[in-house]
This record gives sequence, structure tokens and C-alpha cells, in this order.
Amino acid sequence: MTKTLIIPVTTLVTGLAVLALVFALGIPPLSTTGLTYLFVGVSFGLYFGIAIWSKAGSTRDFYVAGGGVPPVMNGMATAADWMSAASFISMAGIIAFAGYDGSVYLMGWTGGYVLLALLLAPYLRKFGQFTVPDFIGERYYSRTARVIAVVCLIVISFTYVAGQMRGVGIVFSRFLEVPIDWGVIIGMAIVFVYAVFGGMKGVTYTQVAQYCVLIFAYMVPAIFISILITGNPVPQLGLGADVAGEPGTSVLVKLNQVLSDLGFGAYTDGSKSTLDVFAITAALMVGTAGLPHVIVRFFTVPKASDARTSAGWALVFIAILYTTAPSVAAFARLNLVDTVAETPYEQTPQWVKTWEGIGLIGWADKNDDGRIQYGPGDALAGKPEFTGETGASGERQVANPNPDTANELYVDRDIMVLANPEIAQLPGWVIALVAAGGVAAALSTAAGLLLVISSSISHDLLRKTFTPGISDAQELLIARVAIAAAIGVAGYFGIHPPDFVAAVVALAFGLAASSLFPVILMGIFSYRMNKEGAIAGMVAGLGFTMTYIVLFKFAGVSSDYLLFGISPEGIGTVGMVINFAVAYAVSRLTKTPPLAVRELVEHIRIPSGAGAAPSAH
Amino acid sequence: MTPPNAGKTGATEAQKAAYWKANIRLLLSLLGIWFVVSYGCGILLAEPLNALSLAGYPLGFWFAQQGSIYVFVVLIFVYGVLMKRLERRFGVED
Repeated sequence: MTKTLIIPVTTLVTGLAVLALVFALGIPPLSTTGLTYLFVGVSFGLYFGIAIWSKAGSTRDFYVAGGGVPPVMNGMATAADWMSAASFISMAGIIAFAGYDGSVYLMGWTGGYVLLALLLAPYLRKFGQFTVPDFIGERYYSRTARVIAVVCLIVISFTYVAGQMRGVGIVFSRFLEVPIDWGVIIGMAIVFVYAVFGGMKGVTYTQVAQYCVLIFAYMVPAIFISILITGNPVPQLGLGADVAGEPGTSVLVKLNQVLSDLGFGAYTDGSKSTLDVFAITAALMVGTAGLPHVIVRFFTVPKASDARTSAGWALVFIAILYTTAPSVAAFARLNLVDTVAETPYEQTPQWVKTWEGIGLIGWADKNDDGRIQYGPGDALAGKPEFTGETGASGERQVANPNPDTANELYVDRDIMVLANPEIAQLPGWVIALVAAGGVAAALSTAAGLLLVISSSISHDLLRKTFTPGISDAQELLIARVAIAAAIGVAGYFGIHPPDFVAAVVALAFGLAASSLFPVILMGIFSYRMNKEGAIAGMVAGLGFTMTYIVLFKFAGVSSDYLLFGISPEGIGTVGMVINFAVAYAVSRLTKTPPLAVRELVEHIRIPSGAGAAPSAH
Repeated sequence: MTPPNAGKTGATEAQKAAYWKANIRLLLSLLGIWFVVSYGCGILLAEPLNALSLAGYPLGFWFAQQGSIYVFVVLIFVYGVLMKRLERRFGVED
């Protein structure tokens, strides 16, 4: 237990010391930007310190942190690993604008832990090797299966890491006032230091510190805003509480009223079809359970039963943020409407102009009255394009207003959490704290992803497939080179991003749900599943899902042709069903797996016995 | 065909089989609850449940945005505790 507490305590003490220093010196000498540099700088110093302290000495350290991480600590690291720029920055913003429809992310990104704890984590821990392709390669006694699993893993992890790098860029550009591209490059440099030297060991311990930073940064403004709006200091309860000064009117009732006055649908009702909501939620849940960087975290605890408890703790730490997010979302929407609707542009608060300055807010005065009309529909045709001129009210003139709606205001969903403290007029140090939290969330996830990419290359592709003769020291060196290369590629995607941060991430889930999850599950729960079935299932699931997503997301096929109206984010569910069906059919038509596989499956099902599984080769 | 660690733990083949069967029964019933709170209350039945109100929340909306998450946490810990008990009963503790 003492080992578990060292990092959280150090982090909190450092954080409180910095805060105390800020207050002792008085805030005026430091601007909000100065404070942000201070907070982000101190948190980086902490991550570097941990990296030096936890240098990886062996491949076992590098891949699974030596396999001795206490379950609560692993839960915390998993929470940070898991909660990305999408959770921290984008999710509440998306919910704020989507209302009930945003529930898919809340349920989808937590429900997967139930699947993980009940169906996968303890068995994979008992299996006791280093990577997800390790399991697939051994269980399906096939190099081909291992290599296909590596391909799935790399596609999933790169899709996901692109969103993280973009998130780092957004935070840096807004708070440290550097261009987004430079923000991405700074983020790459930081991850490089602690992931390359510390491997899984360094990543695990920094993730624990990052969890503390990010949860503190998320909760402090949420608590302030909850008190401001409802008088209730617990944001989870604030969502259902009465609006301060209006007894009998709860936040949700009030929000439904003001939104319907502006012509929006009710916040608590959905606009997506029930089938689509169902499919998206399922794809996110199953995808969560199939994400290699999450699964591999459970390889680091001592025992199979620890893997179960650890998944529980991970979800506790995640739930603290995830049950706060819907409150933050509702408060943010209420504040936004209050601040901007029918307000003359010249009287809008400074944050509107700041975010407009970096192009994440755009205003087109369609009726030339100098006031902001806010309503349903897209204000602009796509993202704001600025003419470079200044409009009549002093705004950045927008070149692409959408003439079909009366809505004049474009607000990028990604800014809601970051702008929230400013919208609620919270002090500068809260804003600085949120910046440090956003960076922590994005970096922790990026590091976890980059690590699974590098270990799948050095361990699965080289050591286990193409160059089996290499020594442990050589493998460790290759792993370090691979992670450095992966950071470079991820940075490129961060600078040239395909879509919104969260949308990119959602696609990674579809791919994980349709490729890895089904074959791992069948590998544990079925003796009969063989290599032919697994390979065919993975290829069919991934192929179908990828094709669908590319058609509708990137090739611009009209949404009229969607299969049963299921959006690309939810298609992973169908891909998963296809994977199961193809794998089942093919396995029944081909021969049963060898006896050694049966022994392997028996071994991983029973918690007792040694950690490492017998080889099926 | 002796499993590699049969001697060490002392669990017989029959005990292992019974353990596995009990595990499957337990996890299916917990997954049933998992399905009902999220897909049931939060999605399929959200509209009718929204007519009911729980301390300021429409009930379906509450399940979809907060309630199901609380239940998920409880489910995992319940599984952890009950599995420990099963493992002791069948002599397959790790």
C-alpha cells in the first residue's frame, strides 16, 4: 500500500505547494499565461523525475513494468491511460451540444470495463506474456494470426494516437500561445523522454501522477461551476439540483426551457435513432475491452485475481470524471446560452474573442444587427474561414456563412471544457490548472498507445516472427527505436488531423471491436476455435468496418446509404457480429486445434498455478 | 494429460470443471444486469422512463448519463468478491 501511495502523494504535495506559492506571492504578478507555464512546467518536471527514477532495465520492465504493479496503482494508471484528450477536452463539449445523444460516450466508454473485468483481463493476466498479439499468436498457434493481430493493433493505435497529439496541440496553442503544430512537437518531445527510457515502467508511474493532475484539474472547475449554478458542491448531484435562485426548477428543466426558446430540441431527448444509439454504445463498449493499450495494462499486475480488482479500481477512477462530465456539459451549455444569445458582439466577454482569435469560434452577423443570434443548425458551411478583414462590430469576418439557417455562431465543441472556467469567470489559476490537466490526459494516453505500438514491432514482429535470434538487450534497444519512430509518425498525424479529436478516437473503437475483441474472447471461452477461424474472423471484421468507415467518413458517400441508418461510429458492432459469424463458420469447416491448445486454454481459465503459460508451440 | 500445475494446487479435474461452470453462471447473470441498466434503462426504455423523475432527473436520462456507470462499478467489485469465494471453494486460488 505504501508503494501505491508514493506517487499520488508526491503529486498532490507538489501541486499544493505550487498553489500555496502562487497565493503567497499573490496572483497579480503572474498573468494567466504565466501561471499556465508554471503549472505545466512543474507537472513536466514531475514526469521527468519519475522517468529517471523508473528506468527500464529489461524487456520485462519495458513491456509489463516487471509484472509487479499493485492493483490500485494499476487502476489509477489505467484510468490515465484510458482517459485521453477526447475524455478530458472533447467529451463534455460533445455532450453539451448533443444532450441525450452524448450518452453513448458515457455508457460506451465505461461499460467496456465490465466486459474487460469479467471476460478478458484475468485470463490474459494468467496467460502471462507481454502483448495482445502474443496471446493471439500462441492461442492460435500461428505466425499469420500474430502478424494480423499486429496489423490490427497498429491501425487501431495510430488512429487513436492522432487524436491525442491533436489534443496536446490545441491545449498548448490556446494556453501557451504557440501555434498548434508547435504544441504537437513539444508534446512529442515530452513523451519521447519518459516513454523511450522508462518503457512500461516509466509510463505506468508517470500515468499515476498524470491521473492525479488530470482529475484535480477536471474536478476543481466543475465544483466551482456547480456551486455557482446550483449551490451544490458535488457536480454529480448538481445536474439534478435546482438552479440557484429558482427553487423548483432543476438544471435540466431550465436547460430544456432555454433551448426550446431558441428553437433547439429538448436536451434530455435524443435525435439519433434508437438502433444507432444502441450500435454506437455497443461498439464503444466492446471496443474499449478490445483496445490493446488498455488490455496490456492488466499484464502488469501480480495475479489473475488482481486483474479483476484492478479493473474495478480503474473504473472507479474513471467514473469520478465520467459522472462529472454530464454535469459540466449541462452547466457549460447553460452558461454559453446565457452569455451569447442576443448579446451584442461588442459586449461579449474576452474569452469569445480569444477563441475567435485562434479560429475555434466564428460569428457571421447574418442580419446585420450587431447581436449574436444563436439557434439550431450550422452557422457556417464547415469550419470558419476568415477573410482577414474586420467586420462592422469588430469581429473577424467569416467567409463561409451558411445562408440556410439563422444561427450566427459557430463554436468548436472541443473548446467547451477548456473555455468553461473562463465562461464561468473563474480565477486565472483554475484556467492554468485545466491546461495542465488537458496536457496530462493527452500525454498519458499517447504514451500508452506508443508503447503498445513499439512492443508489437520489437517483440511480436521481430523477436517472435522475423528475427528470433536476437538477445534481450537487442530487443530492448529495438523497442526504444520503435517507440521513437512511432512518436514521429503520431506527430505527423497530429499536425495533419483527419477530423475532430473525439470522432477520430471513436473510429479506433470500431476497429478494436470488430477485430481483436472477438478473437480474444473466443480464444478463452472456446476450445474449438482454431487458427483458420480466427484469421478469417479478424480479416472479415476489420475489412468490413474499415471499408464502411472509409466510404462514409472519407470518401463522402451520402448518409442515405447507411446500413439500417447506423453511423460509422457504430458500425464496429456489425463488424464484431461478422467476425464472430465468420470465425464460427470457418472453424467448423476446418480441423480442430492441436491438443496443446486445449491445455493452454485450461491453464488460463484456472487462476491457480504459475504466472506464465505453457507454450503451445 | 496433466495440467502443468495440478500437483501444486491440489484441485481435481472435476473441481476445475465445476469452478468454470460456476464462473460462467455468475458472469452471465452479472452481464444480464449490465445489459439491462445500460441498453435497457438507458436506451431502449429511456423514453418511457423519462416520464418518471428522480430528484430532478428524468429517469431514462439519468440511467444513460450517470446511473449505469454507478452500476458498472458495483458489478465489477461484486464479481471480484464472488470469484474469490468460488476460488476458495474449489481450491483454485492464485
